[in-house]
Amino acid sequence: MNNNSTSKIQMQTDKQIALAGNPNSGKTTLFNELTGSRQHVGNYPGITVEKKQGTYIQDGYKINIVDLPGIYSLSAYSIEEVVARDFLINEKPGVVIDIVDASNLERNLYLTVQFLELGIPLCIALNMMDEAEKRGMRIDEKLLSRILGVAVIPTVARSGKGKDQLMAAVIEMMSHNKEYTPLEISYGPDVDSALLTMTKEISTADFLTERYAARWTALKYLENDAQMIAAGQEKNPILSARLLKIREKLAQHLKDTLDTYPEAMIADSRYGYINAILKQGVVQYSHDDNRLYLSDKIDKFAIHRFSGPLIMVAVLVGLYQLTFTYSEAPIKWIEAFFEWVHAMAASALPQGLLQSLVVSGIIDGVGGVLGFVPLIMFMFLGISILEDSGYIARVAFMLDRVFRMFGLHGNSVMPYIVSGGIAGGCAVPGVMAARTLKSQKERLATLLTVPFMNCGAKLPVFALLISAFFVNHKAQIMFAITAISWAMALLAAKFLRLTVIKGESTPFVMELPPYRLPTLKGLIIHTWERTWQYIKKAGTVILGISILVWAMMTFPQLPEEREQMFVRERLEMHSAYPAAVVNELSAKNVQKNLSSAAQALRQKLSRIEGKRAEAALRHSLAGRFGIAIEGISKWAGFDWRTNIALVGGFAAKEVIVSTLGIAYSLTDVDTEAFDSLSETLAHSPNWNPLAAFSLMLFVLFYAPCFITVVTIARESGSWKWGFFSMAFNTIIAFVISVVVFQAGSFLGIGIRP
Amino acid sequence: MNRIKMREMADNQAGVISAIKVAGELGRRIRDMGLIPGTEVKIKGRAPLYDPIVLQVKKYILALRNSEAEHIMVDVDE
Repeated sequence: MNNNSTSKIQMQTDKQIALAGNPNSGKTTLFNELTGSRQHVGNYPGITVEKKQGTYIQDGYKINIVDLPGIYSLSAYSIEEVVARDFLINEKPGVVIDIVDASNLERNLYLTVQFLELGIPLCIALNMMDEAEKRGMRIDEKLLSRILGVAVIPTVARSGKGKDQLMAAVIEMMSHNKEYTPLEISYGPDVDSALLTMTKEISTADFLTERYAARWTALKYLENDAQMIAAGQEKNPILSARLLKIREKLAQHLKDTLDTYPEAMIADSRYGYINAILKQGVVQYSHDDNRLYLSDKIDKFAIHRFSGPLIMVAVLVGLYQLTFTYSEAPIKWIEAFFEWVHAMAASALPQGLLQSLVVSGIIDGVGGVLGFVPLIMFMFLGISILEDSGYIARVAFMLDRVFRMFGLHGNSVMPYIVSGGIAGGCAVPGVMAARTLKSQKERLATLLTVPFMNCGAKLPVFALLISAFFVNHKAQIMFAITAISWAMALLAAKFLRLTVIKGESTPFVMELPPYRLPTLKGLIIHTWERTWQYIKKAGTVILGISILVWAMMTFPQLPEEREQMFVRERLEMHSAYPAAVVNELSAKNVQKNLSSAAQALRQKLSRIEGKRAEAALRHSLAGRFGIAIEGISKWAGFDWRTNIALVGGFAAKEVIVSTLGIAYSLTDVDTEAFDSLSETLAHSPNWNPLAAFSLMLFVLFYAPCFITVVTIARESGSWKWGFFSMAFNTIIAFVISVVVFQAGSFLGIGIRP
Repeated sequence: MNRIKMREMADNQAGVISAIKVAGELGRRIRDMGLIPGTEVKIKGRAPLYDPIVLQVKKYILALRNSEAEHIMVDVDE
């Protein structure tokens, strides 16, 4: 009894197990079934592949499960494959559950064979048994188990069927310490003999044997595996060179005799091995229904040359509409909540620095970020539906040709749309949506260029400038801006792919998975985990940067004597009016029924306050910066006030409007009611339509807001790219604005007579 | 029996892969996805801009670019 409970406690802490298998084999569904809500998502160190972990609790057992990314092979083609391989080799999970789609047995077993070659403790979950049976397949899992020498448990992940038997088998495997010897199959006499020579050399030299079995290292050398060869080169360059020599010789021999390659021989032999197994009566067909019957029917329209693009546009516009329609109300609630907190804090704290820090720095900053949460949630719900149903692969398929011209990938389309491909998106979920891209280079080029899109926060700025200078061409200018943003983003991507992120495009070869109805549980988990990641990680950094931006616009403060000047001015104004009027203003509930004298006084006082705010802004670090760069920014038509507004716009693009308001000595400008500001701008001698258009282009392209920068840094795995996007985008924006402003000035377009 | 490149196959044409004429990353990826000599394939169609190609392999659907189908030799009837 006592003994038994000790072993159970050991079970709890000792080893973790891993789920591995092909994409679309039901792996994540099984993971959700096993762990329920007891899961959390992190990243593998240094890279952005999601690492999902969860806990299985049943009958006193508590087992940690890692859901490895879906892969087709262990060949280090994609970052997912590298991650899965490294995890299996370095972390040595106690048991690896290999989820095999029974209705697509042959291809799924290709990965299984590679697991067996690796010699890891394997247990097969033969999933989607219901679908296989419906299609007339009868699989003899006992025979399969006997031939492969591993436990094979039939499951139906969607309904949870078979999961208890599966976990019983896993626990059984964990309870005795069996040695697992790697499977050795024949890859043909030529490869086998080279393999033998290499394995001997590797064993003798103890080459990488602390991590890999000798034969496996040899196999990877023959497969020309870049990651393995790099590791070998570092460890023992002489031996590594000798191994490559053997491979070279074999490759030449195979080329001459069979016109093939070593890695081709190896892959063919694996498939041959699988076919030999299946021919022993593992699978029997009572009737052979097409697994793809329904998918075929849908695809007749969904990827048809003419109806396909139409359906795609409808789906994308629909996704957009739903997201923005449904997130509008919750965003308003959150904004109202933060306005309330803002007001509470403003009245609870004495006027001064602390109040300004808490209210303008912390509450407004964090509130601005949390306001995005409903938007991100709905956007990810939509994307999860498209992903889980299998449609997103079709979109990538249809648009790959277009995006490839610019060095991107079919999968880049989603991030572009989400970021504002149809005016009014948001680059934050857009950058996060770039996760669907498997290849690093195309992914990086995508997430660096999506901030060029016409996001929702830029709209108030455009609305302000359009109403001031282009009242008669509102729609045309708006459309032009969106078109320009697309052109610029794609060209920038092309430029990046030709320079900074140079490299061949990654092979496209991808599966179009059969359409499946997404499970509700899966949708909720996917949506929530992404949303929570945004709240948690972005939230911490954003708080810091909000405070920084606030400080830049607040310090250094006006010297005491200048503050006193404004106080004196205010007092003089007060004394110019009868005491009754002053009292009327200082009483509570001032809004209603003010006498005309009191109204006039209030207006004058607020003008003084506006002048003070402007003076304070000029004196602050941001203000000094704005004035200092005026010499350069003049080329693009921006004065120091615009410069400050643009600095403030780094916090969030909407801030440009309110900062311009402060800079033009208007107090209490809120972004919705910019009528008076737009009039001020329209009549200001510093402004003309050309300067306004130049500013619009600059706002469209310059440094992404810091929330986006933080997201870029996180998603690309390095702050380097966060800083790069700030510098790169600002330079591009400035060059464009200068060219437009100078050309316009020269040709006399858009300047006042 | 005729040996042509997969790229040259017509929509709805079926055939048997005879060789994959590419090594390295692309070759490995093609084989990992189940395209090996002896495999039956059927072209299901092409994307709106005639690239990539969709094809059925055994019991699943793959998409690959023309530039990739260039390396795959297929035996077709006629």
